[in-house]
Amino acid sequence: MARILSILVGLFFTVALAWSFGLGFYTWATEPAAETAEHEFHRHPKEVHFASDGAFGKFDKQQLQRGFQVYKEVCSACHSLSHVAFRDLEQLGYSEGQVKAIAAGFQVPGTDQTTGEANSRPGMPTDYFPKPFANDIAARAANNNAVPPDLSLMTKARHDGPAYVYSLLTGYQAQPAELLKKFPDAKTPSGLHYNPYFANLNLAMAPPLTGEGQVEYGAGNPRPTVDQMAKDVSAFLIWTAEPKLEKRKQTGLAVCLFLLFATVLGYMSYRNIWAGKKH
Amino acid sequence: MSFPWANEYKPNHPFMQWMDEKLPIPRLVYNAVGAGYPVPRNLNYFWNFGFLALICLTIQIVTGIVMAMHYAANTAVAFDTIEQTVRDVNWGWAMRYAHANGASAFFVVIYIHIFRGLYYGSYKAPREMVWLLGVVIFLLMMATAFMGYVLPWGQMSFWGAKVITGLFGAIPFVGEPLQQWLLGGFAPDNAALNRFFSLHYLLPFVIVGVVVLHIWALHIPGSSNPTGVEVKSESDTVPFYPYFIAKDGWAVGAFALLFSIAVFYFPNALGHPDNYIPANPMSTPAHIVPEWYFWPFYAILRAFTQDFFIIPAKLMGVLAMFGAILVWFFLPWLDRSPVRSSNYRPAYKKFFWFGLIPTMAVLFYCGGAPAEEPYVMLSQLAALYYFAHFLIVLPVVSAIEKPLPLPYSITESVLGHDEGSHLRPAHGATEAVHPETAPGHTA
Ligand code: HEM
Repeated sequence: MARILSILVGLFFTVALAWSFGLGFYTWATEPAAETAEHEFHRHPKEVHFASDGAFGKFDKQQLQRGFQVYKEVCSACHSLSHVAFRDLEQLGYSEGQVKAIAAGFQVPGTDQTTGEANSRPGMPTDYFPKPFANDIAARAANNNAVPPDLSLMTKARHDGPAYVYSLLTGYQAQPAELLKKFPDAKTPSGLHYNPYFANLNLAMAPPLTGEGQVEYGAGNPRPTVDQMAKDVSAFLIWTAEPKLEKRKQTGLAVCLFLLFATVLGYMSYRNIWAGKKH
Repeated sequence: MSFPWANEYKPNHPFMQWMDEKLPIPRLVYNAVGAGYPVPRNLNYFWNFGFLALICLTIQIVTGIVMAMHYAANTAVAFDTIEQTVRDVNWGWAMRYAHANGASAFFVVIYIHIFRGLYYGSYKAPREMVWLLGVVIFLLMMATAFMGYVLPWGQMSFWGAKVITGLFGAIPFVGEPLQQWLLGGFAPDNAALNRFFSLHYLLPFVIVGVVVLHIWALHIPGSSNPTGVEVKSESDTVPFYPYFIAKDGWAVGAFALLFSIAVFYFPNALGHPDNYIPANPMSTPAHIVPEWYFWPFYAILRAFTQDFFIIPAKLMGVLAMFGAILVWFFLPWLDRSPVRSSNYRPAYKKFFWFGLIPTMAVLFYCGGAPAEEPYVMLSQLAALYYFAHFLIVLPVVSAIEKPLPLPYSITESVLGHDEGSHLRPAHGATEAVHPETAPGHTA
């Protein structure tokens, strides 16, 4: 009885699935899926390496400082960095005094101490990076109806994040002629910018890094080419997304070595205890 | 209960004697995981995963309690409190990554544990209750993991919650009111986040309770083993302490090492990048996917693309998704083969390795892939076999298959001979799955 019931229930599900499969197969075989410009022209991020990669990776603080400079002078006009506080910048090798000066260079929301009204005041190390727009509506109004996302976690919020940011920044180009020929409707709308590394190929952000020397790096640093600036700011955003990366990898090494040792000891005692006991 | 030859607890120290009279916890430990618990000597490494599951449960509870000290279940700040935990709390990053990857590790271990049970027929008499409680644990784990994933209130948290709670809407008549009642609103919002947090904190302790029952129920007949032949005499077993403490101990070391490599070197490999974007009800992610451990069941849900007579496709999908797990409750009665271990079931063994395992692999793969062809067709074929396997193949094969001869005893299978083997039953070498016939058994 149980078996008959079970076979009936089994038939119910398998027949329903066969039905779904059959119709799906028919549609698939008779109506080829429409090709899309995204599908054909979207590209995976370029291959790029950072000092923080790998099991023993460490941040290149000099590079993080350059990346911070790019963020401050270029990106911060539109993008917030809301999970990072000025005090965190000491991890990039800035002294306490330098951090104070950097913070004071930003205006953060404050309260007038006599009238109680909202105003702004120079930042302090305990403050977080201020947002460039009062709210999303203001951000949209200023950016062709798109809200520039917060950058703190950007390199973890995209597949292959660091390489993605680097590729996006260096990936702007004219829309390929073949694309227009094949998909005339996919012409980049005005106000958007063609970039094959962006999921739907057209992005509201205009190319932010436009030419060598846009940011002036101090002596002893590489030339500020677009490629270099893009790499540096990507490295900086690896840090903002994961400030504990170095500590994590160092701790991991100690933990794994200890566990390896403990496991070998455990295995040996297991062999010892079971010695002579066939199993 | 135990076997008659189990060592007996004899406290030496006066304090332990006093304790044994007042509250015999040491005796309980001795009989449960000590020298007083005889275990088949021939267990292979698949029998370590129950112990590993206990370790995972402990990791989740400990890291979870610490995380809860820094978390606020409020949609305005939930995402930020997690980031603050990671950035500003001492070892907060380690707690967070251990908890998130701990959930994955727990499911890896549990899937192996369950498929061990399926292959070696551990679900059969006399261990049906162990299995049933196991399925209850699995359901509780899935509920807990689902609600936990909502807590950081990222994009996948929100949209995952929306899709999964939306499934209740497929139930005829009561679906929509039920969904609103469960969420405390029309869509996941503060009310939902708060109750999910409350339940996410509660359910692990319910799991602890059911695990206690699971192990209690297991300790009545004792563990099965790779031959599936029940324990007959003292030479079939070794005491849990020191033998299996040592074996489980080194397995825990190896597990902890692999787990640490994931936590410290690939902490985000199994997560979805979209969950680092704060929840935004106005922007739908390109592909909404649950965590990997739900993929087989998500694939089954999405495999139903056509209405079936009067049943809408979505309802079929929901029925099948839950049915795919609920069918496990019936296995002890669907599989009537007197032989437990698939090692001695030549036909079923083929269906297991060439049917069920590839099916699971396809379902895992397709559940994480976008709902496009060919993934949908593949999941349809795989889901079809999944139901056919448990509901048709298993009952039919178990009725007609001719099993291989079983060893007389565990001892015989290990040593090649057993002094007691002249007691071998006259016809055939298969023993019934009913425990009363096992000579070593006392209730
Ligand atoms: C929190 C989750 C779980 C824990 C802590 C747990 C723990 C254990 C332990 C310690 C054992 C004895 C050692 C071993 O055989 O590996 C065991 C055995 C068993 N478990 Fe679980 N378990 C869990 C979930 C499950 C689930 C989800 C199932 C099935 C759906 C299951 C089915 C079984 C069966 C059938 C046995 C007996 C195996 C045999 O003796 O051959 N367990 N469990």
